[in-house]
This record gives sequence, C-alpha cells and structure tokens, in this order.
Amino acid sequence: MGRRWLVYPYHTWMLLFTVIPLGLIFFYAFTEPNSTQFTLENIRHAAEPVYLGVLWHSVWLAGLSTLLCFLIGYPMAMILAKSSVKYRNMLVVLIVIPMWMNFLLRTYAWMTLLEKNGPLNAILLHFGLPAIQILYTDYAVMLGMVYNFLPFMILPIYSVLMKMDQSLLEAAEDLGAGTWTSFRRITFPLSLPGVYAGMIMVFMPAVTTFVISRLLGGGQYMLIGNVIEEQFLAIGNWSFGSALSVLMMAIILVSMLFLSRYSKEGNGGGMFF
Amino acid sequence: MQEQNIINLVNLTKQFDDHIVLDNINLFVRKNEFLTLLGPSGCGKTTTLRILAGFEQPTSGKILFDGQDIAQVPPHRRRINTVFQKHALFPHMNVFENVAFGLAVKKVSKAEIKIRVEKMLDLVNLQGFETRAVDSLSGGQQQRVAIVRALINEPEVLLLDEPLSALDLKLRKDMQVELKRIQKRVGSTFIYVTHDQEEALTMSDTVVVMHGGRIQQVGRPEDVYNEPKNPFVADFIGESNILPGRMLQDERVYFAGREFVCVDRGLGEDVPADIVVRPEDIRIVAPADGMLQGTVGSVTFKGVHYEMTVMTPDGYEWLVQSTTMTPSGTLVGMNIGPDEIHVMKRVAG
Repeated sequence: MGRRWLVYPYHTWMLLFTVIPLGLIFFYAFTEPNSTQFTLENIRHAAEPVYLGVLWHSVWLAGLSTLLCFLIGYPMAMILAKSSVKYRNMLVVLIVIPMWMNFLLRTYAWMTLLEKNGPLNAILLHFGLPAIQILYTDYAVMLGMVYNFLPFMILPIYSVLMKMDQSLLEAAEDLGAGTWTSFRRITFPLSLPGVYAGMIMVFMPAVTTFVISRLLGGGQYMLIGNVIEEQFLAIGNWSFGSALSVLMMAIILVSMLFLSRYSKEGNGGGMFF
Repeated sequence: MQEQNIINLVNLTKQFDDHIVLDNINLFVRKNEFLTLLGPSGCGKTTTLRILAGFEQPTSGKILFDGQDIAQVPPHRRRINTVFQKHALFPHMNVFENVAFGLAVKKVSKAEIKIRVEKMLDLVNLQGFETRAVDSLSGGQQQRVAIVRALINEPEVLLLDEPLSALDLKLRKDMQVELKRIQKRVGSTFIYVTHDQEEALTMSDTVVVMHGGRIQQVGRPEDVYNEPKNPFVADFIGESNILPGRMLQDERVYFAGREFVCVDRGLGEDVPADIVVRPEDIRIVAPADGMLQGTVGSVTFKGVHYEMTVMTPDGYEWLVQSTTMTPSGTLVGMNIGPDEIHVMKRVAG
C-alpha cells in the first residue's frame, strides 16, 4: 500500500511532458491566434488540398521507407537470430554503432556521399556509367529514412525471433514441414508482434521527420514536418502549426489502427496495401 | 525375427565436443511395441530420441528404419513423429489447426482433413474443442492435442519425450492408462522417454535402462525389476538393498556376515558379487527366529506400509518395508527367502 508514491514520478513526467504539451497543441489548434476564441478555421485551413497533398506525400514516403526497412530488416534479423552466440553479439553491435553517432552528422555524411561530384558519382564514372542526381529527390529522402531508421526495424524483430521457442520449429519439421513451409506457417506469423513494433518505430519518426527532408531533399522539398516546423519557427503561426500537427496525429492514428487490425488478423503480408 | 524390428540402432555414438553422450548404443525396437528409454537426466535417452526424430546427427553408427539407414534423412521426410516434452503446440493456431497441421502441409484435401481431425479428437475425447485456443486448454488437454497432432500423420513410430512430466500426479496416472489404450488402438510403435521408473514399468512392453550414455539393461518390466543386471539398475528401478558379497557356489551366497540359500546358478565358485534384496521382500520376525538381527532406526509411515531402516552388526543399514509398525530402537530379526535374493556378478571396475 505504502508503495503508491513510487508511481508519482512517472505521473509527473507524463503530465509535464506529454499531457500538458498535447493539451497546448489542441488549445492552439482550436483557438484564434493570440486569443482564446474557439475556432475551426485553423483546422479548415490545414485541410486545404495543398497541405493534404504534402501530408499524403509524407505518409507515402514514410510508408515506402517502412516497407523497405521491413524487406531489408527482416532477413537481417533472421541472420542475427540464427548466428552463433559470439558472432551474433558482434553483429548486433555493428547494427547499433551508427546510432551512437549524431543523427545530423550521419545525414550530412550522406549529402557528401551523394553530391554531384561525390564518391557515388566518382565510382559510377570510374566504371564508365553516367553520373546520377539522387540528392534532393524522393530517393535521397527515402535512403535517409531507411538508413537512419533500419535498426528500429531490425531490433524488435530480432528480439521476437530470439525468444521464439525452437521446439515449435522442430515440431513443424517433425510434422512434415520443410524450411519454407515452417517459416511461412510458424516463424513469420509468430514474429508479427515484432514486425508490428518495428513498423511503428520506423513509420512514426519517418512521417514526422523534417531534418532528413531538409538536408537530403534540399530546400525546395516539403514534407509535413517541414511545414509544421516552418509555421512554428519561421512564420510564428502557432495556431496553424498546431492544427497541422493535430491533423497529422489523426492520420497517423488511423493508419496505426489499420496496421494493428492487420496484425491481429495474422495475415501480416500487407502493410498499407 | 529380423523383419519384425522396425528400428535397429547399430553402434550408435554421439559426441558433443569432447563429451560422449551416447557410447556405442545397440538396440532394436519391435514393430508395435511400447518401448521405454528409462534413465536419470543426462543418461542419453533424450539424445537417442532426438537422433531417431532427426534433430541430431549421430557422430557414428547406423539408424536402420525398416532395414534402411535413415541417418541422412531430414526430420520432415521420416515416417516418425514426436510428442514434445512441453507439447510445443502452435500458439497462433486453434486445436483444429494444430491437429490438422501435418495433413495440411502434405496438401491433403480439406474434406479429408476434417474427417481425420474429428476422428483424432474423438480418440482422445476432445470433441467440440476444435476452435478453442490452445492456451485456453488444461495441461492434460494440451497433452492430448499434442499426441493426436503427431498421431494423425499415421507414423510408423511415435516418439514421446517425457510427455507427462508437466502434469500433476493424478492426471499423470490417468494419462498413462490413456496412452497405453491409444497405443493398443492405433497399433503404432511407441518409443517413450522418461526418468520415472514407475511410469516405465506401468506402460512398457520393453524397458531400456540407460546410464552414462550406455544401455544398462533391456527387458520386460518384470525382468528388469526382478532380475536387475547390475547395481545401477537395481538402485534406479525401485528401492533396493545392495550389499557386497561372494557367490560361494551354485545356490549358495555369502553376505552380511553369513551364508544364504539362493536360486542363482552358474555365476562361478567363490567369486565377488553384488546382492540385491528389495525392501518389500524382507520379513520382520522375532530376533531369535531371524537369519539376521538388527536394530530399528528411523520409521516412516508411507500409506500402504511403514518404511524403516534396520542396522545390522556388520554396519549395513537395511531398508525394510513392513505393514506392521515396529518402534525405533527395537531389536528385530529379518528373514530373506531364497527367491528374494538377486545375485549380480561384479563387473570389473
């Protein structure tokens, strides 16, 4: 009974850094700038086609990046989970090490790598291939997302695969299932909670990022994160920025519900399709 | 007789790094028998089973299945199925899907799967459980699902790896009877692994006692119990008094400071031997009437009988079971009939 106070720090933390900021966002979103007058004008403004277009583009890019992360990350997680103990720890460290470096630095590094006279084009030219302009395109932004967020896909899948009861796979094999069948019918369905966690952990930061799109997408390139950042920092219209945030949260929430419905049905093949 | 043996293990050896788990195992399994591999943990019984299932490769030796060496055949191609120790039911499938798994993998038609699953659930009295989630079942029900999930594939040999160890005593007894009934009904060969000697004696046609990666004795349960081949078997199967002694000549044995009449013959003259006397075979009599005299030490009530220790002058502490209570400290006599003395030739080392 006397231990109840142990939860107070948690409650205080949640209140200060989650509930109050969220409350403020909603407050600004539904009031006129510099007054407490209730209005739906900000939301209506945010729902204009130009902003919905940006929002859709952000969700689309983040979704594609999440799918790519899944396609690359799942086999990597399997390789990790199947490798021998000492080898495995080394591989996990290799995956985690880039995360020790600053996110901005890593993204700047890609700018250098991809630029017109950078190493990528130097290599292409060396082999007699035409130079390509990747920087400041969708591809560069997706590359940045996949590169930065891939560990968040690998680690949850890896941890689910590691915990999987090996006797289930033996049972499947014993009952006549070959390698592919037992993967399709046992391993994959049972790893879906990890896939779902990984998708959320990649999709969330990817859909809201403004740094990756700013640096690798160039100045002209707008994702919803950039629009919101601009409203708050450059233009100073907190009400409109908040309205855009609320709209984005609503859309993320809907897509997550969609995803969780899929994962519960157990046919996790499709993500958004 | 050769064609009657469904499995022949020939010089089977398994080594993990420097550790020898199976040391030159030779064993045959007859068609349709209930054979039990019995031994303490680490004796190699589970490894033997896993080699039969195909999850482990023997270091050397042959596994003949119907006369063919199957050492290189992967598990999913063997006509052998396994019931795992912790059931290993697929948690994301219901009872029906679990039982149907083997058939579904083999692309059996949906209609036939349905008929055969129903028949299997019938066999273990689980009608109506088709759509239940496996984690909503009791331990005994899960066990039965695991058994029919393996049996539905109509394996020639069913391997059972301590399947009852997770169940409580009462349920375990019921399942022992049930397993035996299922085995009679489907008529497959069952190879059962356990460390529980009572389980082994109750269910088996043949008991294989293993210890330290070797087979200690193979025989019918009665033979293994009554005529243990060595002190390990005597000690592991039931409780025993094992005393050092000498075989003087046929039907004459010396131990505990005197000569006894026994029924063993042909062990040689004046050779060292180990003598086994079961605690239930010793009769407590008045001190003057006894072949041996001793003082009662501890007395424990065990339900059907009292179990006591009796210290004889030669310093051996006997374990004796008796239906009458004798207080601690009493001087008693003990009689042992010729039939109840089991003489085992001492093995070198």
